[in-house]
Amino acid sequence: MTTRADGLPGFAEQRIPEQVREEDERLARERKQIARDGPKLKGAKLEARLERTWRRPTGIIGWLATVDHKEIGRRYIITALIFLALGGVLALAMRTQLARPDSNLISASRYNELFTMHGSTMMFLFAVPVMEGIAVYIIPLMLGTRSTAFPRLNAFSYFMYLFGGLMLWIAFVLNVGPDIGWFAYTPLSGPQFSPGKRADVWAQMITFTEVAALAAAVVLVTTILKTRAPGMTLARMPLFAWAMLVVGVMIIFSMPSVALASGMLISDRLVGTNFFNAYEHGDALLWQHLFWFFGHPEVYIIFLPATGFVSVITETFCRRPVFAHTVVVLALISTGILAFGLWVHHMFATGLPRVGYSFYTSASMTVAIPTGLQIFCWLATMWEGRPRLAVPMLYVIGFIITFVIGGLTGVIIAAVPLDLQLHDTYFIVAHFHYVLIGGAVFPLLGIITYWYPKITGRMMSDTLGKIGFWMLFLGFQLAFFPMHFSGLLGMPRRVYTYPAGLGLELPNLLSTIGAFVVAGAVVIFVINGIVSLYRGAIAGPNPWDAASLEWATSSPPPVYNFAHIPVVETNTPLWDNRGELPVVTGLRVDEKEMLLTTVVAATPDLREPLPAASLWPFISACAVGIVFVTSIFSPWALAFGLLPIAIALTAWFWPKELKRTPEPVIQ
Amino acid sequence: MIVEPRFTDDISDLPSFKFGPSSLTWWGIIGFMVIEGAFFMLAFAAYFFLMGHEQGWPPEARQAPDLLAGTLFTIIIIGSEVVNTAIKKAARARDVPTIRRLLPVMVVVGILLIVIRGFEFNSLNCRWTDDAYSSIVWAILLLHATHLITDWGDTVVLTGLMYTPVAYEGRRLVDVDENSLYWRYVWLLWIPVYLLIYWVPRL
Repeated sequence: MTTRADGLPGFAEQRIPEQVREEDERLARERKQIARDGPKLKGAKLEARLERTWRRPTGIIGWLATVDHKEIGRRYIITALIFLALGGVLALAMRTQLARPDSNLISASRYNELFTMHGSTMMFLFAVPVMEGIAVYIIPLMLGTRSTAFPRLNAFSYFMYLFGGLMLWIAFVLNVGPDIGWFAYTPLSGPQFSPGKRADVWAQMITFTEVAALAAAVVLVTTILKTRAPGMTLARMPLFAWAMLVVGVMIIFSMPSVALASGMLISDRLVGTNFFNAYEHGDALLWQHLFWFFGHPEVYIIFLPATGFVSVITETFCRRPVFAHTVVVLALISTGILAFGLWVHHMFATGLPRVGYSFYTSASMTVAIPTGLQIFCWLATMWEGRPRLAVPMLYVIGFIITFVIGGLTGVIIAAVPLDLQLHDTYFIVAHFHYVLIGGAVFPLLGIITYWYPKITGRMMSDTLGKIGFWMLFLGFQLAFFPMHFSGLLGMPRRVYTYPAGLGLELPNLLSTIGAFVVAGAVVIFVINGIVSLYRGAIAGPNPWDAASLEWATSSPPPVYNFAHIPVVETNTPLWDNRGELPVVTGLRVDEKEMLLTTVVAATPDLREPLPAASLWPFISACAVGIVFVTSIFSPWALAFGLLPIAIALTAWFWPKELKRTPEPVIQ
Repeated sequence: MIVEPRFTDDISDLPSFKFGPSSLTWWGIIGFMVIEGAFFMLAFAAYFFLMGHEQGWPPEARQAPDLLAGTLFTIIIIGSEVVNTAIKKAARARDVPTIRRLLPVMVVVGILLIVIRGFEFNSLNCRWTDDAYSSIVWAILLLHATHLITDWGDTVVLTGLMYTPVAYEGRRLVDVDENSLYWRYVWLLWIPVYLLIYWVPRL
């Protein structure tokens, strides 16, 4: 074992040429000269130096090249919210069509496009990306670090997501939007029944968004495991970080399934494979298995981050840590595991062996247990605490009421006989909007209100927030509760109209009125968001008096997040360190550097250089994007596109200066 | 207002690289391995799902793939682990001359394997358009070919980098170490693929 003189501990001294050894020693001397934060370099002087080191180039190039997780997270959130609005407009169009029986406002084929675009946009372009975007923004702040791991991969992920969303919506505007449902069942989506390019556009949108989601998942998992502040053991990790860790792992295991399936679909359509072609011994049900092996975990990928939001809000507004922290963590993990054993309950109507029915029914009922546990933990937290009914907390209460209703209808349709009766009716539509809007969108709007001051530096208006919440909550119930009844009356999903005289007129009219109230609430939320940007009260670092580390820095946070890396000694660091915050020092200030800690105990492990801003992630995303889009038209695109991708990726990783530096840097 | 800092430890003496699970690179590589592994496992599941529908496997009128190219591929890729391990050890010992000598060997082995892979496609005794069996066999072999070509490209770039002065930097040696880890994964995954494509149809 050598000393640290050459900076390379653990290497035997053998076989190092004299010239290299001399260079090692010179670099070790230079290393001692590097400026680092500490008692001698702190306050305004330190902040100015860090600002100079960390800021990105200005202008359009800098905008495309940025690797700042806060900028990327913001873009993710805003883009996803725009897709939410677009998907919402489609919903309004459908509700307008369904307001009255025998309506001819929208044709049957256009209606097929509308519900396909609505579902695909909401699931792939809004729900998953918005959760990832919020995590990308807030997780490093919550963990007390300066950046995500792999910041360039993070940037690449955003551009892939953006291009996928643009492709889908441009295709829709050009009248080649998909019309096969968000699940694209074969044989309907296969070459025989969907000629043209609509189904291919859907399949490639999947490829784009899965690449983006998988990249973001790797970024988040690594960030959560390796970059936590010293002392933040796994046991002290905030519940939102736990939720995102579980979600990241779930994405890694589930998204390959839909990517593989959509790859098979496009190759059936484009180069004549027979995976789903029954005439050549393929099987349409193979599609359903692969799709739902992704599709069911997907629901929890959307829901678990929202439970993280609920834990965060409940803790802050009840002024005490969440009741039974360990139980909540175990509930998150077991939900994540159970989510992979449920997919077949989407396929009860396809015919299954008896044992299959029993197994997937019991598994579907079992998953209610950990979720129920979490809900009881939040209720206990409120019971034991002193709840403040600010807007984020209202959303939590709205969430609990709505989600419990949706959860209960979920448990009853886990029973096969009832499911066979209600399958493909509006009862199912009511159920999954209760769990997805109640379970994910309510907490999302709550958490946006909660973290808005951190992101923008200003508070959202409380009055507008409360008006918006009540409109949304009541409008939602008005829109979706009657759907239980239209479903029980036998109204099928995905059908563009219904005849008069079956008792469907009233529930449908109520649903449509409710949908417009919801839209009004969303408009109020957006107005609140925009006006508060300019007129909101100045927030200060910790306006809610919360306990986690994202509130230990200014609002909005500086580009380097924290001047010194905080040390964590308890679950609620800011409540337990009112006077002063313990920090570690010694990160360099002339180049971007972050601290890595060990996975379980979070003891300091390594100093890690961070990459400078770079255009190559954007260029790589363009190269990959061109291949994905052109491969809709010719399989040769894959062959010709490989070279530009290889060049772009190599340039991404290749060091810009091929000489050694005292400390590693990534240019 | 922001609370005042209370200074505790100084971490400037921490190393700037380590091999294995301490490094971010290791976690990134593991993450992508799991993703690719999930692709393979699901493709295997699809293989058995389709197999369950057939009376025979391969289905009637199809012949099992010829063994020569695939078996040759298997022998060479497992044999390449000798060189791969030597590179991994050299990286951990900062033995740059050995790395510079052996990485080009891996590049050549990679080219050889890619050529043999071409012959493998030719010895499947079916075209992907024939039936579902043919489609899934082609898909799995193609999936592994992508795996192979990606790692080969990676090795080529790394070899170029190791002929520059930065080869002596610790983080570059971590890259070499991880590249070797990845190659192990490529050949380990090949073993079930080989059995599935060449031997399950002969059972």
